[in-house]
Amino acid sequence: MKYVDEYRDPQIAHGLAEKIARTATKPWVLMEVCGGQTHTLMRYGIGDLLPKGIELVHGPGCPVCVTPLELIDKAIRIAGLPDVTFTSYGDMLRVPGSHTDLFGARANGADVRIVYSPMDAVKIARENPARHVVFFGVGFETTAPANAMAVWQAKREGLTNFSMLVSHVLVPPAMRLILESPSNRVQGFIGPGHVCTIMGFSEYDAIARDFGVPIVVGGFEPLDLLEAIFMLVSQLEEGRAEVENQYSRSVEFHGNAAAQKVMREVFEVSDRKWRGIGEIAESGLVLRGEYAAYDAERVFDMGPLEVEEPRECISALVLQGQKKPIDCSAFGTKCTPMTPLGAPMVSTEGACAAWYQYKRHGLVTVEGAHA
Amino acid sequence: MPETAADVAAFVCPAPVAVRDRIVLGHGSGGRLSANLLRDIFLPLFSNPVLDRMDDQAVVEIGGSRLAFTTDSFVVKPLFFPGGDIGSLAVHGTVNDLAMGGAKPLYLSAGFIVEEGFPVEDLRRIAESMAQAAANAGVAIVTGDTKVVERGKGDGVFINTTGIGVVAADVRMSADGARPGDVVILSGSIGDHGVAILASREGLEFETTVVSDSAPLHGLVARMLSVSRKIRVLRDPTRGGVSSTLNEIAEQSRVTIGIEEKKIPVRDEVRGACELLGLDPLYVANEGKLVAIVAAEDADTVLGAMRGHPLGADAVAIGTVGEGSAGLVTMRTAFGSSRIVDLLPGDQLPRIC
Amino acid sequence: MCLAVPGRVLTIEGDDPAFRSAHVDFCGVRKTVSLSFTPEVQAGDYVLVHVGFAISRIDEEEARRTFEYLKHIGALEEEGLAPPGAEVNHRAEGRAAS
Repeated sequence: MKYVDEYRDPQIAHGLAEKIARTATKPWVLMEVCGGQTHTLMRYGIGDLLPKGIELVHGPGCPVCVTPLELIDKAIRIAGLPDVTFTSYGDMLRVPGSHTDLFGARANGADVRIVYSPMDAVKIARENPARHVVFFGVGFETTAPANAMAVWQAKREGLTNFSMLVSHVLVPPAMRLILESPSNRVQGFIGPGHVCTIMGFSEYDAIARDFGVPIVVGGFEPLDLLEAIFMLVSQLEEGRAEVENQYSRSVEFHGNAAAQKVMREVFEVSDRKWRGIGEIAESGLVLRGEYAAYDAERVFDMGPLEVEEPRECISALVLQGQKKPIDCSAFGTKCTPMTPLGAPMVSTEGACAAWYQYKRHGLVTVEGAHA
Repeated sequence: MPETAADVAAFVCPAPVAVRDRIVLGHGSGGRLSANLLRDIFLPLFSNPVLDRMDDQAVVEIGGSRLAFTTDSFVVKPLFFPGGDIGSLAVHGTVNDLAMGGAKPLYLSAGFIVEEGFPVEDLRRIAESMAQAAANAGVAIVTGDTKVVERGKGDGVFINTTGIGVVAADVRMSADGARPGDVVILSGSIGDHGVAILASREGLEFETTVVSDSAPLHGLVARMLSVSRKIRVLRDPTRGGVSSTLNEIAEQSRVTIGIEEKKIPVRDEVRGACELLGLDPLYVANEGKLVAIVAAEDADTVLGAMRGHPLGADAVAIGTVGEGSAGLVTMRTAFGSSRIVDLLPGDQLPRIC
Repeated sequence: MCLAVPGRVLTIEGDDPAFRSAHVDFCGVRKTVSLSFTPEVQAGDYVLVHVGFAISRIDEEEARRTFEYLKHIGALEEEGLAPPGAEVNHRAEGRAAS
């Protein structure tokens, strides 16, 4: 597959890994922001290739994981209404709300459907005038233009049975949040290659400058990530804190003007709650006033919902036997004590960490590599 | 800057819910939810030595003969897809479950649950397809049943087929039969059926020439058995894909299984479709492939026999059974690094993240 | 958010830039993709596709440069010829801040 296979060449990967090993004279802690990059790192076991001193900490997963609880609960409520067809990307269906998830809503009779593109949802609305079609517009900046286009198109066609439940989050505020945390150990970032394909990378200069951290915009194939890591380590060794672009076959400094135009036309920046973390100023997108008729939160005004994050964190639920670490699709693959996704795996007392260390197949100790 | 500093350490990991009071689609996917359902409800209540072996078929002794007995229900959507339909699938699926026990499939039953309003012409098409599939497989549909449910309660048609066959006295294969040192063999490329189905589903339309690999495997199995009696386990990796099958075998046999990514055949188009939707071919369904665990000394002979059969032309050894943590399946990636191939909670979902 | 796949543009329909779409090939799998965000794309180009939209046209020259550089790096390491420490990073120069 062109532009995919070449960037998965194992020989070059080993060469790059050696190069990183030769360049690093000190230990460094790096973070990749995008869930898709985490996926690649895990799938190809890139961590195993890197020298022991280079530690990869994974970013806050992806927008799916940080979508606020209220919004999941709203989605489930809306899906359960008669005459509503609730459409969503596949990622969202298993994310738990206060009591259940969208799969559970389906089990209770809701018409919940997976779509590949937001335009498919518009199509369903067009072809089913008797149903109100709601689309769960989740994502980082990468997906915002497509979601914006769907709303724009719906308005253009004068559809009265389509609306979007928006849960867009922006990357730069998230990076700032991580860097501002007193317990932050991240010294360099692999920037989000597809977010930057849309937005460019001018926003990251200020972050690099304000916090003195190098940021390298990286792609999603193993060689892209290895090259980005090499570029970061080089910067760190040289004491530089600049923004560089590894993913130049797709990313340009100013990004994609046409995509940004549609985003600005339909969305505006606003404060947003991030699941578990709380509100971060100017960290999300909402539909502009002109598109109020297409905003599912306004169309289905349900006021503030009483939400209840499982009071205990995942650890306690594990102890109660309600969730096993092994039930988590990230467990043991994306999420390990060395590369934790969430708080439970970080704390050495956390049930996830303990389980992983001592029971899970008798493998792995805190210092060792994975199987 | 916000008034109260948001605390990134408070980030919560939203792991999927495991304990549920209602059945969700994931319970039918062959992943962890399905396994939990069996473990928590059906097995304890129905328990007996035959069932507890958890093979794809039950081998029972009656009057000196060993009979294999199995059942399967078919709810596939869409009903008609490239390479087959719910009818041919229903015949092949049950024939294959029997074949995985080393049985010569003989007789099938066919039960239909048809939704009010379903076109008679479509029912005829499906029945024709079943008749054809049965004739090709050398089995007879000897009994059946038809029920009709109200409009809205049936999704077109559901089919259940139950099958019986005979197993030779010296053929004993079971999911708990894998032993350290055994070789893991795959009969051909993976993911074809799942991709063919997805390509025809609403909301995920794309054009492809990939067709379902739905086919009866008993001929291939007979060939394999004719050259070796050291085939420990046979399984067809249907829903949940090769991953589910290997995990089940590793669990039942209390062994570790290690496979090599480079050895696993995947057609270009299947790869393309999986890349597009963010799917891993290891978790995509197959309907005309088998996984065989064979004693090392017979592996080459079995492979040779398989490659001489049309359904085994691309047969390849993909890994070995080892000692170590029971139920663990690992894969050496093309990079030489290792990853765990675990059961998914439910269906693999197309992702954008 | 992140999953975008490269494919080759076979044919293009529509004249209005906002509604142009392309028939794109991914290893034999074909899908119709919107070109609303990539008005400059022509048949034969490669595009990166995310949720049914082309989000960028793959710059083949940059891709070639990247890959050649990577190959070079990989090969040098193999032969143990790479000088230790600082080297000119051709990649960083090209696009750091244009």
